[in-house]
Amino acid sequence: MTVEKVGRFGAYGGQYVPETVMPVLMELQAAYDKYKTDPEFQAEFHRYLKDYAGRPTMLYYADRLTKHYGKAKIYLKREDLLHTGAHKINNALGQALLAMRMGKKRIVAETGAGQHGVACATVAALFGLECHVFMGELDMERQKLNVFRMRLLGSKVIPVTSGTGTLKDATSEAIRYWAANITDTHYIIGSVVGPHPYPTVVRDFQSVIGKEIKEQIKETVDGKVDYLLACVGGGSNAMGTFYDFKDEKATVKIGVEAAGRSDVDGEHAKSLTLGRPGVLHGAYSYLLQDDDGQVIEAYSISAGLDYPGVGPEHSYFKDAGIVQYVSVSDVQALNAFKLLAKTEGIIPAIESSHALAYLETLMPITTADQTVVICLSGRGDKDVQMVANVLGEEI
Amino acid sequence: MTRLDDTLQTLKAKGKKGLFIYITAGAPDFATTIAAVKAAEQAGADVIELGIAFSDPIADGPVIQKAATIAIQNGATTKKVLDMVKTIRSFTQIPLIGMGYINTMLNFGVEKFIQEFKAAGLDGMIIPDMPHEESADIAQICKDNAFHLIEFVTPNTIQTRIQEICTSANGFIYCVSVNGVTGVRKIDYKPINDVVQLVKKETIVPLAVGFGIGTPAAALEASEYADHVIVGSAVVKLILEKNVAGAGELIQSIRQALDKGGV
Repeated sequence: MTVEKVGRFGAYGGQYVPETVMPVLMELQAAYDKYKTDPEFQAEFHRYLKDYAGRPTMLYYADRLTKHYGKAKIYLKREDLLHTGAHKINNALGQALLAMRMGKKRIVAETGAGQHGVACATVAALFGLECHVFMGELDMERQKLNVFRMRLLGSKVIPVTSGTGTLKDATSEAIRYWAANITDTHYIIGSVVGPHPYPTVVRDFQSVIGKEIKEQIKETVDGKVDYLLACVGGGSNAMGTFYDFKDEKATVKIGVEAAGRSDVDGEHAKSLTLGRPGVLHGAYSYLLQDDDGQVIEAYSISAGLDYPGVGPEHSYFKDAGIVQYVSVSDVQALNAFKLLAKTEGIIPAIESSHALAYLETLMPITTADQTVVICLSGRGDKDVQMVANVLGEEI
Repeated sequence: MTRLDDTLQTLKAKGKKGLFIYITAGAPDFATTIAAVKAAEQAGADVIELGIAFSDPIADGPVIQKAATIAIQNGATTKKVLDMVKTIRSFTQIPLIGMGYINTMLNFGVEKFIQEFKAAGLDGMIIPDMPHEESADIAQICKDNAFHLIEFVTPNTIQTRIQEICTSANGFIYCVSVNGVTGVRKIDYKPINDVVQLVKKETIVPLAVGFGIGTPAAALEASEYADHVIVGSAVVKLILEKNVAGAGELIQSIRQALDKGGV
């Protein structure tokens, strides 16, 4: 692997896709290059972000959570307050607007927890596009509410039974469907993963998170970010949060992976912290794989972090030391979920709870004159049933 | 001149259409794979494509996906497939092309993979998730080892890329008949034929058409557009049922249709 190639982040990324898909990636690249700097496109995108999705999201000083730890000040970036309940809508809006300019009539998406699927179903309804969402059979069972939401929004949800019936297989199936319907269909990939130019496109649409944090922190008495935290599955909210801080040496960036139940294969989703580079879904990046290069199924209590790969730019950030990657377990995430609910009256998504859980490790080494900003990537309404089950409570 | 070039030239000299048969290594078991390779050759296959199973085969439809899952369960590791290639070479000189996903090669070490498989008797690789743009490094290693790296064209490969692809093409060019994944279905050959006509202006490398072809009639129709025909899922389906005799009969009937020019 040579370093200086198109669509690479260091050695990572690339376009490992069937030939059928190549012309469409080139078409997407051309469209994106054109509209990235097109004032009319950008104005429309930002108008929808503001009027429809609810941006900017607040940077909220969490006073009781801060007092709980008694160290640095904790701020929450409230992506959970966005329409549809998570940061996923930022990317879905951007890509849908791009798809329409490319003349596509239909969108296809994969979803794990259902948040990206719901975001796509929402923008499809908003813009009058046909929408097909591929979802693992197991995930459909775990996230029945989101399945119904997508259908209510007029989307077709297609169960995926191939492989292990989870996000990885839903992604493969979405790619297969896309390849078969390539001329009139745009694939809205849900994270900073996949073949070039997707990791860049999704990053740019999500980077609004970090841009806002940068502006908003200036309005506070603190004026600076010492620590920036986000959870990492595929890594879109983390990339969106970190990207504008990547050259800010004074800000420590920490990405939190799902450590699941244990470090045994199949019991965690620690792609960056336990994987090694390989190719899945079109990109060369850190990957959970066995000695023979077969992809190992990831596991996490959080369906949104349950992915054996990770965005290629995160792999680059890891190797370059730009971001530190750590992990927290299911149990730690659950504790953080409960803690935020009780101290701040905010029920976080179980994904975002992973970032919150790392406060237990981080806070003791911080000081009262420092700040910690956490991307609260989504709200936890979708997780309440699951958490009740895990806690053994009937609702 | 490689074993593959030799076979394809002989076919051309005889005015015959070549028949390439895809078989997943290790599905439903190793012994059946070996028996299937023998049966395919006996039934008139000219080239065998030996599938190396990967957990996430994004270019494959349900039948070959299933075969991959079974092969992995059976322990069809890269090393084990390497041993199978040696076994196959102990009884036949039929051209043998590997078909596997890029992660398998990266994991094994690209150079090591090519050298060891070449030494074992494999004649080249088809890598469905490695488009031309990503192939430069690997193509060079293949070239240094006189090992074929097969290029693809599809119905929507654009003209400028066709020229680039044809420049580095060797062995044969895999003409994907349809946008989508492997698996038997009715194919409209008009779109790929438009591409084939452009390819023919650029190169004399033989063309093999594949995806969707599962019957003698379908193979005959496909053969009008290319020098060779590739059959995968239809054969794999029978092999998975351990019906090697049935697979042999299907291959033979396709062979006869291609030779007679009728069904």
